[in-house]
Amino acid sequence: MARKAVATKAKTQSNVPQFTAEQDLEAYREMLLIRRFEEKAGQMYGMGLIGGFCHLYIGQEAVVTGITMASEKGKDAQITGYRDHGHMLVMGLDPKGVMAELTGRQGGLSGGKGGSMHMFSNEHKFYGGNGIVGAQVSLGAGLAFAAKYKGDGSVSIAYFGDGAANQGQVYETFNMAKLWKLPVVFIIENNKYAMGTSIERAAATTDFSMRGASFDIPGEQVDGMDVRMVYDAARRAIEHARSGKGPFILEMLTYRYRGHSMSDPAKYRSKDEVTKYRQERDAIEQVKARLIEGGFQTEEDLKKIENDIRAIVTEAADFATNDPEPDASELWTDITISA
Amino acid sequence: MPQILMPALSPTMEEGKLSKWLVKVGDSVKSGDVLAEIETDKATMEVESVDEGVVKELLVEEGTEGVKVNTPIALVLAEGETAAAAPAAKTAPEPAEAPVVTAEKAAEATPSAAAVPAAPKFEAQSDPDLPEGVEMVEMTVRQALNEAMAEELRRDKDVFVMGEEVAEYQGAYKITQNLLQEFGPERIIDTPITEHGFAGLAVGAAFAGLKPIVEFMTWNFAMQAIDQIINSAAKQLYMSGGQVKAPMVFRGPNGAAARVGAQHSQDYSAWYSHVPGLTVIAPYSAADAKGLLKAAIRSPNPVVFLENEILYGSTGLVPKVDDFLLPIGKARIARKGADVTIVSFSMGMRYATQATEKLVAAGVDVELIDLRTLRPLDSDTVIESVKKTGRLVTVEEGWPQGGIGAEISARVMEQAFDYLDAPVMRVTGKDVPMPYAANLEKLALPNVDEVIAAVNAVTYRS
Repeated sequence: MARKAVATKAKTQSNVPQFTAEQDLEAYREMLLIRRFEEKAGQMYGMGLIGGFCHLYIGQEAVVTGITMASEKGKDAQITGYRDHGHMLVMGLDPKGVMAELTGRQGGLSGGKGGSMHMFSNEHKFYGGNGIVGAQVSLGAGLAFAAKYKGDGSVSIAYFGDGAANQGQVYETFNMAKLWKLPVVFIIENNKYAMGTSIERAAATTDFSMRGASFDIPGEQVDGMDVRMVYDAARRAIEHARSGKGPFILEMLTYRYRGHSMSDPAKYRSKDEVTKYRQERDAIEQVKARLIEGGFQTEEDLKKIENDIRAIVTEAADFATNDPEPDASELWTDITISA
Repeated sequence: MPQILMPALSPTMEEGKLSKWLVKVGDSVKSGDVLAEIETDKATMEVESVDEGVVKELLVEEGTEGVKVNTPIALVLAEGETAAAAPAAKTAPEPAEAPVVTAEKAAEATPSAAAVPAAPKFEAQSDPDLPEGVEMVEMTVRQALNEAMAEELRRDKDVFVMGEEVAEYQGAYKITQNLLQEFGPERIIDTPITEHGFAGLAVGAAFAGLKPIVEFMTWNFAMQAIDQIINSAAKQLYMSGGQVKAPMVFRGPNGAAARVGAQHSQDYSAWYSHVPGLTVIAPYSAADAKGLLKAAIRSPNPVVFLENEILYGSTGLVPKVDDFLLPIGKARIARKGADVTIVSFSMGMRYATQATEKLVAAGVDVELIDLRTLRPLDSDTVIESVKKTGRLVTVEEGWPQGGIGAEISARVMEQAFDYLDAPVMRVTGKDVPMPYAANLEKLALPNVDEVIAAVNAVTYRS
């Protein structure tokens, strides 16, 4: 296993896979939509329009964007934990529905009954939105089990963080996933902090790509701030799972700029560390620079995209602000299905 | 939107101190730039800009305490925007127009929890009429459960069985005997000893449209998996606004077996019956075991199906019809009577039935009700009976506090208080972990004499 990890690490450091201008542009749009949407969500939280817990994806945009670009939209299933807004936006769920769920309105994706951590779409094969750390890993393997049982050729992509990677059920799931060769790709979004606890303080070994070693699940560490690297690794991992070889682990080295949730002052890390990531590694700035330096887009073109995205986000925010709360009768619906 | 508002930075924050400005008038800011530091009751937090523009004015001086959430604290003008576009209000920062309208709207919207609408009433269906002269076949509860699964596996390819020793071993208690031979290893699946993991995996499979039957070797081990049963399966439909279903059955033996000690002898009836979103079934007879397990497998909801190891070998008559289904949520009146109502379920029915035989012989006309389903609970049948008899005894193996008997007692008190001629009495397992020693174990469980004593007490017979 050590040999594999070394080989793949080397691969992520050289021979950087290239994106076409179209791919860069697509990634730019998707990532910018997440960034602007999350900034707006943070602002609306500040205004009291969004309540409770709200976990922003700012900084980690390249992960879900690269992986979703490498997956088959509408066919492959995705499931994640509570930091889930970005996943839904990239998978094509309506930003208005996402924002209205954050504000707890009837037009929200879950009719206002789920909230930030609980949104789903059968149509887009997005299974949440799960609030219990690590639960989505076994659920995600179950989606893969169903794919194999039905023989529909789909792959399940299960995201979890460096914190969840220490939960027991993750390893129970790794065991079954490999034992039964389930078509699942485990994405460990390592943003270095499980809430306020750094990986060094929480994990006996911090190379999470090796966490499947005892189950003979191949793993790779990937630069999760470079959408091209993410895409390339995801493409190979998804192909591995789809071809019947079983699970694959991708550890995405990423970073969240904001706190764990809205009320986290993030005093467990230095300002310099955050600034360094924002200034030197930012996923969106990397793509933007390529688009401009390559002569594919002008500053003006990108400004137009920015304005389009701001319009989408403003529309979502307006809808989420003005949409009514769910009717009181909704209190008693959707508990069980009458046979 | 040119105004920067004092943000709420926690679920409970109402005001805070603007401790420091990190920008000054004339600075250009863009999305993500830190504008100020704010002290809440819990921590010092940073306020980031969402908009791009030039800082035109700082409306609240740094060091100001008690700045209310949503007060404008700065003016940032976008490119091309003029100061006239927004009114500046340096002194006494009144909430400015545009954003505050939305905040007020939100505030208006929040306390709309006026009257709580009434819960919909559950209407139980009656058992189906059996064709006249139908053949009754004697079989064990074990065979009844096995037949129920085999028939449903034949009927629906999306149904599969998963659990420890369910396939090659033929079931730790032989409930899944011969299923592997008929349905093959793709549908009858041996799992590693990994309850939390396989329960979650099965819930995920149910989300994706399959209909898993998850066997727990005993419900004691399902405590490893209870998070997935409750947080993932039971709540999914509600959290998703009705979109994502978890049609599945969790089943296995529940309650005390014999001499297996505290960790292997626990009744989870009350635990699961507490949870909205779950259906909870605990049959006693072979016929109910078959008809209700088939109904559970077809249910679009997650069902907790509580069996009992001691009852597996007991026999009963099961009607021989093509598709024997019983309604979930309907109690069965095992004996009609007029003097006293005894309510029980699962293994409790054995004590209750034997006590009833003795009491009837002694001239007490007992009405005996087998709940069969614990959620939804068939209150109507119990209430109607109590209105007739005026006296109620509940029997269960579980602990007394927060038990099924406690729940029934409360409902009867609420709905039939004036009909009671005596306080409701509960016969339960004793409030202790299950002891191993044979004599102590016997003392810890309910027994026939305790049921008789309770009936004598509520009927004021000595």
